[in-house]
Amino acid sequence: MTHIRRNAAKLTFGLVFTLLVSISGNLYAQAPNAKNGEALFKANCTSCHKMDAKVVGPALMNAAERWGDDKKLHAWIYNNVEFQKTGDTYATNLVKEYNGAAMSVFAGVLKPAEVDDVIQYIKEWKPVVVVNDKPTPGGGGETDNTLLFGILTLILAVITFVLLQVNSNLKKLSDDKEGMPAIEPVSFWKNKSYIAFGAVILFIVGGYYLAQGAIGLGRSQKYQPSQPIFYSHKVHAGINQINCQYCHIGVYQGKQATIPSVNICMNCHMGINEYKGKEKLYTAEGTEVNGTNEIQKLYKYAGYTVGQPWDASKATPISWVRIHNLPDHVYFNHAQHVVAGKVQCQTCHGEITKMDEVYQFAPLSMGWCVNCHRNTQVQFKDNGFYSIYEKFHDKIKNGTMDSVITVEKIGGTECQKCHY
Amino acid sequence: MEQNKHWQSFGELNNSEAYQKAAKDEFREELPFEGNEEGGFFKTSTPRRDFLKYLGFSTAAAALAAGCEIPVKKAIPFANKPEDIVPGIANWYATTYVQDGDAISILAKVRDGRPIKIEGNESSPITGGGTSARVQASVLDLYDTARLRHPKYNNNEITLEAADKAIGAALAGLGGAPVVLLTSTVNSPSTLQVISQFLAKYPGSRHVQYDAVSYSGMLLANEASYGKKAIPSYRFDNAKAIVSIGADFLGTWLSPVEFARQYSVGKKIDEKNPSMSKHIHFETVASLTGSNADERFLHRPSETGAVVTALLGAIKGQGVTGIADEKLKVGIAKAAAALNENKGAALVVCGSNDVNVQIVVNAINEALQAGGKTIDWSSTLNYKQGIDADFAKLVDDLNAGTVGALLVSGANPVYTWFDSAKVVSGIKKAKLTVSFSGRLDETAKEVQYIIPDSHFLESWGDAEPKTGYFSLIQPTIHPLFKTRQWQDSLLKWSGATTDYLAALKTYWATKLGGEAGWDKALQDGVINPATEPAAADAAFKAGVETAAIAAIAGAKKGGEYEVVLYQKVGIGAGQGASNPWLQELPDPITKATWDNYVIVSPALALKLLGIDLRNNGQSDDYEVHPAKKQVTVTVNGKKVTLPALIIPGTQKDTIGIALGYGRNVELGKAAVTDDGEPVGKTVYPFASLNGGSVQFFAEDVKLELAPDMFDVAQTQTHSTYNTDQGNRTEVMKELTLAEFKKDPSDILDEREHELKEYGGVANFERDGTIYPVFDKPGVHWGMSVDLNSCVGCGACVVACISENNIPVVGKREVSRFHDMHWIRIDRYYSGNDIDNPSVVFQPLMCQHCDNAPCENVCPVNATNHSSEGTNQMIYNRCIGTRYCANNCPFKVRRFNWADYTGADSFPHNQVGHISEVTWGMNDDLTRMVLNPDVTVRSRGVIEKCSFCVQRTQEGKLKAKKESRPLKSGENNEWDVKSACQQACPTNAIVFGNANDSKSAITQTRASNHYRLFKSLEQLHVLPNVNYLAKVRNRDEEEGKKEA
Repeated sequence: MTHIRRNAAKLTFGLVFTLLVSISGNLYAQAPNAKNGEALFKANCTSCHKMDAKVVGPALMNAAERWGDDKKLHAWIYNNVEFQKTGDTYATNLVKEYNGAAMSVFAGVLKPAEVDDVIQYIKEWKPVVVVNDKPTPGGGGETDNTLLFGILTLILAVITFVLLQVNSNLKKLSDDKEGMPAIEPVSFWKNKSYIAFGAVILFIVGGYYLAQGAIGLGRSQKYQPSQPIFYSHKVHAGINQINCQYCHIGVYQGKQATIPSVNICMNCHMGINEYKGKEKLYTAEGTEVNGTNEIQKLYKYAGYTVGQPWDASKATPISWVRIHNLPDHVYFNHAQHVVAGKVQCQTCHGEITKMDEVYQFAPLSMGWCVNCHRNTQVQFKDNGFYSIYEKFHDKIKNGTMDSVITVEKIGGTECQKCHY
Repeated sequence: MEQNKHWQSFGELNNSEAYQKAAKDEFREELPFEGNEEGGFFKTSTPRRDFLKYLGFSTAAAALAAGCEIPVKKAIPFANKPEDIVPGIANWYATTYVQDGDAISILAKVRDGRPIKIEGNESSPITGGGTSARVQASVLDLYDTARLRHPKYNNNEITLEAADKAIGAALAGLGGAPVVLLTSTVNSPSTLQVISQFLAKYPGSRHVQYDAVSYSGMLLANEASYGKKAIPSYRFDNAKAIVSIGADFLGTWLSPVEFARQYSVGKKIDEKNPSMSKHIHFETVASLTGSNADERFLHRPSETGAVVTALLGAIKGQGVTGIADEKLKVGIAKAAAALNENKGAALVVCGSNDVNVQIVVNAINEALQAGGKTIDWSSTLNYKQGIDADFAKLVDDLNAGTVGALLVSGANPVYTWFDSAKVVSGIKKAKLTVSFSGRLDETAKEVQYIIPDSHFLESWGDAEPKTGYFSLIQPTIHPLFKTRQWQDSLLKWSGATTDYLAALKTYWATKLGGEAGWDKALQDGVINPATEPAAADAAFKAGVETAAIAAIAGAKKGGEYEVVLYQKVGIGAGQGASNPWLQELPDPITKATWDNYVIVSPALALKLLGIDLRNNGQSDDYEVHPAKKQVTVTVNGKKVTLPALIIPGTQKDTIGIALGYGRNVELGKAAVTDDGEPVGKTVYPFASLNGGSVQFFAEDVKLELAPDMFDVAQTQTHSTYNTDQGNRTEVMKELTLAEFKKDPSDILDEREHELKEYGGVANFERDGTIYPVFDKPGVHWGMSVDLNSCVGCGACVVACISENNIPVVGKREVSRFHDMHWIRIDRYYSGNDIDNPSVVFQPLMCQHCDNAPCENVCPVNATNHSSEGTNQMIYNRCIGTRYCANNCPFKVRRFNWADYTGADSFPHNQVGHISEVTWGMNDDLTRMVLNPDVTVRSRGVIEKCSFCVQRTQEGKLKAKKESRPLKSGENNEWDVKSACQQACPTNAIVFGNANDSKSAITQTRASNHYRLFKSLEQLHVLPNVNYLAKVRNRDEEEGKKEA
């Protein structure tokens, strides 16, 4: 909530500010939008730049002030190769400082107005003051009570047993008193009722676990194998905020999100050859990992020696261990969910930005898929495809139908949506 | 209107006992409880113990499976990802299917580096995106395990370098003896350049083009009549009257895909103003084209000359002379009248390879003023250019020892030349013999060196199927084996320093204005003339036909029986013999797979085989069992024994045998039976050289009944579907043009009448049932099949196999009714004339009934209905009760009786006899052809047409990603086309969203509402597939004629 409020405040400020600027300076046809700039920044820049730290490229906080002239900065971002030809001193020094490492040309990728948005975002960015966000003690912390219940159940069971025994002994006594013929006492382990009772309990408990086990066959939730290289999503996607799509290039296009090829890793790691992060890296078992060593492993696969030019054709592929496995008879398409459905990566993959080593977050079972399809809304109004559902639109308009259109309502739980 | 009787089998015509039984059962066998022949499971001696054994085994297996750890799977990305490849997304490359002169522009679908599907290139004005069965199947050849994997010298592996060195030395040491380059027709301009460069290096050398089934007679006739040794373009689309004398132009003649497309233009009906072209066909043995004709007349092959002469005379108003047969006489008079009526829009084509016959045909076309209208000399057809006499001379030269070196590419004369022994002895006399064959064909076996050529999907190149129309070839995959394009070999041996790719690029870059032009052309796949040239005439030399007519009059007369050697749609001249998909494709007419056979007429069957088809017992005996009587055919002392199939529409004294069978057993698994024998028998030796051209018939044939029987696997009577209420009129509707003009709403009225009690056509869905109507809120898929456009060529069948990973089951399984094709083309005879009935083809796939009977009976809900109107089949839920198949009125459900795909992980489960060729399809190499978006089905599950659900899902996703409505045919823009629709050369199949008022399917249904009908509509199964009734261009009303 606080985040939204803060962003909203920032947004309002940004809007007012840019409005003023645009009126006074009359420089811009359209007011640069910092929010739009933020999205563009995350999609295009985070692989090389951070605001408050040097990554592949310089830290961008106060970049506009350092350049002094927004026009120059704009020209640099838009097409730095062209701009270098002007012989600008700041640009020349910058290139020298970074050993001639090339920056991507954004002409054709970003529109000039979008570059302005990015610049606006850079100007407005302020370091986030870290609030103490440790969980407040005693705030409804849930502890595991299973053991307690187990012990209680056991005690009660023993008491029941003792009482039953007492009951039968008392009955025997009273029978003796009344002179009823004594029935030969049956020891409790030979008592048929006990045996039957035990068998039923055993059957129910055993059956439950057997069924659960059978359903769970082939599922591997929480699977967390160790990978050939200790790659931390926390460092990349979390701390450095690299957009998921920068590496998983297929995610917007098709079935597979795709694991990045070595050349994508090397886009950044040509420049970053040691791990200097403040956060220490730990494996799932708790062993500390030396990040720089892991980067060295990457160089081995890539066939790269620091300081030498890299020949991409010498690279060898990395055999990652596949974590998320679907059976062959299931069709799953990332683009369908991420582009058409606008589902967040985290919905299925968990808090990936906090994972050092990735584990399978979701059960990936059919029940899990179907439940989500039942509850999730499609982009019914926003996506033009759904305009063909004329009957639904009419019904929503005249109020005979709930405007919540879930995936299920448009046939998303039918068998052949995933099995063919 | 009284509908014609439609029948698929003789049993049906006679309504025999066996037919009635067959029509009742879905599966034609008793349930196969293997090992329990009598009484089934509970009658075994120890049912309880067996039960416990099974129980114990399954528990143990389950425990074992549970105890195993889940295997660790790897995900290995590229080391250096090429920019344009995204895993899981198909790339499409424009290229060209080429085989022995045939060239069809195609797009190859490449998934993760593997070409898996071929589709027509819609930018080609020749095909307009149509394909044929052979084009569709060609992708499987790429992954054939029988391909040659390295160069060979005397059957031993050698390296390319060693071969180059040795061949180079041998060529240099010929001592001036000429080198002969023998190829099938080459219409690639850059290759011709390479060839001339090579020939220039070796003076005195020559290039001989040889076609297995040649058009030599036609080429020479055109030279005589027009002074051009070429074949003009035909414009069937401009023709209002078409007469074909034995030319199977929809199936195998010259450019069938192009012609089928043009032909369908004249067959499509505008209901507001109905008109059609008139097609009269003269033939000897029932062919695909003859079966599509409005009227068909039969003659003996030796009479072809007489027929064309009589036709010429009749056109000139001299009456029909020289013809004895009365029916034929009437036919010629009719044809002449139809042609004369449409002068300037008439076309006569003839399949004869006799120069004189073709000269007379030229004279006929001249008399009809066809030049510049239906015959277009502005661009010539370059598919076949071989002259038989050239090859005959080469064979003589070889035997005389005057040829130094023989290099063979494409041609396979050891198999296809009638005097094979002479070719072999000639080859042995040449000092150096090299074959470029990609597989070990009959000729390659006889030569010293084999430098295998790459498959066309691995090659660079170009083709000029029609003068001025080019099509480019680009590789879609790196060569799988150590093969080299034969053009590269030629360049190397002619001392060139560049390779073929460089030569090709230079050739085109200079013509197209540099690299950019080349890149664009390569992307388009075709280079067309800027403006389509106007149809042109050629100067006709009058009078040449006089000598030809005289020569025809003196031709040899036929004996008691004659034989015609024809090509099948799938196998061709033998090129399809090693392709399992094509071998299992049922022949459009005989519906037989995996064999060639003797086609006999019903009359000859009675005389020779002693089978009276009008006798119930005898026709059942013939039809029910796959075993057929065999006939020994003797021509010039050469004998061949083959099983006989009785095919109506065949001249009574003529038999037909297909070419292309009896291949070398090393050619591939599909060319061999499980016993190691070749599939079928070759009949090329029956051909002969007559007047310089090869004659594919023999005038004098001796026929004898052979003692034993032989199984032929036919599919036609497997899936008989019918209703108890009556005959086929609920399944198939046809009428004549005259009737249609008189009463266009005939069929609609009939439907209204039938459904009157249940709300009529409009309210039938709601009023015909006690169940509620289910909404289809978004997309409602529908398909329409125009029976008037469908020619029955089978392209859709192979396209469906390729798209949907349909297994090949082999001959034995087909003959046990276990064929797996999701779409079948039912062949119906119509009318009571058993000797020459009319034919209708009806493609039948799952009808996706909105009230589907199969869905109600599934005990595990493995088949159910979607909100998009498709009938879904879920394999992993299916337990194989086959109730659904039993309850399907259309018999379109297929059951995996055995583990055809090798999907089963327990080898013991693979019981039963599975053909070698089926195992061959499960080879790791061959499996590369599988479509990764479609599940490979395991044993024991039902499967059927899914309306290409993987394509509909993909199309919808594309629209969603672009945030726009689905395009299904509006302005000819398509997000989704089903595989069968895409493959169809005549656009007979239309598929799309029936909820969209602008979609092609809605438009088609609206503009054809008179002809529209649904098969078995009165059952209230509500099919989502509709048909458009067949209309024949006949004047007389059908009922009257038959009465």
